[in-house]
Amino acid sequence: MLLAFDTATPLVAVALHDGEDVVVELTSERPMKHGEQLAPLIASALEQAGLVRQDLTAIAVGVGPGPFTGLRVGLVTARTLGFVLEVPVYGVCSLDVLAVEAASALGTDFVVATDARRKEVYLASYDATGARLDGPVVSKPADVASDLPVVGEGGSLYPDAFPHATGPQRPSAGWLARTVAEELAEIVDPEPLYLRRPDAELPRPPKKVS
Amino acid sequence: MSDEPLVLGIETSCDETGVGIVRGRTLLADAVASSVEEHARFGGVVPEVASRAHLEAMVPTIERACETAGIRLRDVDAIAVTSGPGLAGALLVGVAAAKALALGLGKPIYGVNHLASHVAVDQLEHGPLPEPCLAMLVSGGHSSLLRVEDVTSGVQPMGATIDDAAGEAFDKVARLLGLPFPGGPHIDRVAREGSSVYVDFPRGLSSRRDLERHRFDFSFSGLKTAVARWVEARERSGEPVPVADVAASFQEAVCDVLVRKALDAATSEGIEDLLIGGGVAANSRLRAVAEERASKLGIRVRVPRPGLCTDNGAMVAALGAEMVARGRTPSPLDLPADSSLPVTEVLAG
Ligand SMILES: [Zn+2]
Repeated sequence: MLLAFDTATPLVAVALHDGEDVVVELTSERPMKHGEQLAPLIASALEQAGLVRQDLTAIAVGVGPGPFTGLRVGLVTARTLGFVLEVPVYGVCSLDVLAVEAASALGTDFVVATDARRKEVYLASYDATGARLDGPVVSKPADVASDLPVVGEGGSLYPDAFPHATGPQRPSAGWLARTVAEELAEIVDPEPLYLRRPDAELPRPPKKVS
Repeated sequence: MSDEPLVLGIETSCDETGVGIVRGRTLLADAVASSVEEHARFGGVVPEVASRAHLEAMVPTIERACETAGIRLRDVDAIAVTSGPGLAGALLVGVAAAKALALGLGKPIYGVNHLASHVAVDQLEHGPLPEPCLAMLVSGGHSSLLRVEDVTSGVQPMGATIDDAAGEAFDKVARLLGLPFPGGPHIDRVAREGSSVYVDFPRGLSSRRDLERHRFDFSFSGLKTAVARWVEARERSGEPVPVADVAASFQEAVCDVLVRKALDAATSEGIEDLLIGGGVAANSRLRAVAEERASKLGIRVRVPRPGLCTDNGAMVAALGAEMVARGRTPSPLDLPADSSLPVTEVLAG
């Protein structure tokens, strides 16, 4: 039984996949409260599926890019759960999850763009089969404007740069689970894709007080 | 569960990733990974850098603690974690890891207060806490005087800093004197060669008028400014700055006011035991001044060894074990990390 979750967006998404298909899929209700909602959501998913923690055989986690605090909640949860349950942890780029879900319906090259805040997007480009061609990068929408179909929240947030918004808005845990179960995209280590350096200023000399 | 519960504690409120394991009041492991070196060049802790380091250090530190303690994770009776106060993003990593452990092990989780943990840790070294006792917690993040009736449920603040924390003052003055970050240990070291009466720096909130409103509160911002002025005046006149003497005089001003207020608080409450915790408690002069003056008043001083004074996981495990032993109700799995958790909330619900 594969447990999958993504915390790279304002919401928390959790799913269980039994090897055949997704058996439970849950999404949190309150935005940004990843730390509060993820563990209870995993517990409810197990309960709804009539499973116990010992039934889990692998963990899939979205590695972003996405808001850092939420991202870390997902990654530290995945790594720690994997460690205590002694099961493997698989990471998938959260943009790839959107691409896997969107590819079959589109049948053409496309772009995935999600909200990076600060008036920027996280973006990657894909071919018609959903294989990543380029990215992910963090960028101003105008600098990566595209006439291709754009999947993800970035498309609807910045219509000037992305006139052809389409498809799913946020990565779903169900598709994350399918991506790992069926190896539909690159599987990576559970390392966060920050794409930005920490905001930190080197200190100036002490201010004069007199 | 026995009164000697096996508890794993996680601490991530600032720049130390701490994982401690205790059995009752016996310390089994205290693994700490610090990101202090990554912050040093910024002259202070950078929250995002700390949070990233906690994520990377978490599982290896848990693993190391289990190895040192010689236990299997599944034998743990409960998980304890600092749920606040501290840096929001940093706390969040520890709380999420603790929940994953609780979930993966099917064991209860206790979200505990960082300040109360600084008090509880002394039990690992000096046995049960006297009840009540007076705790003075001094570090880069806090300076407070607490009346501790029961460390698992009754902690009352008596006073706190109204501006900088004591440890912050050490960092800032160290920078003025060209000493590295964190400033505490460096000031302590160079001050040994200096004269503590070389400059008579101000004692914050000690005038009669201040004492009316702020009898047990601290202020270190004026002291820091006074040191800066003094150093600048020296530099302007082209004379060398006697670093050791300034460090010793500054340190004396801090220790004097800390100890004076702590003993005043203890005396006013009729409390005979003073516990000093937090990173600044590692300061050798603070320990000496406290012991010397307390003994004259018949007050006993307890200070954990330096390794247990700075932030660590053992202190969180110690408080968690006390929670289990005293039958406190565990925290729910939706326990939030609370960067401004009040000290009166010892166990987060
Ligand atoms: Zn502390």
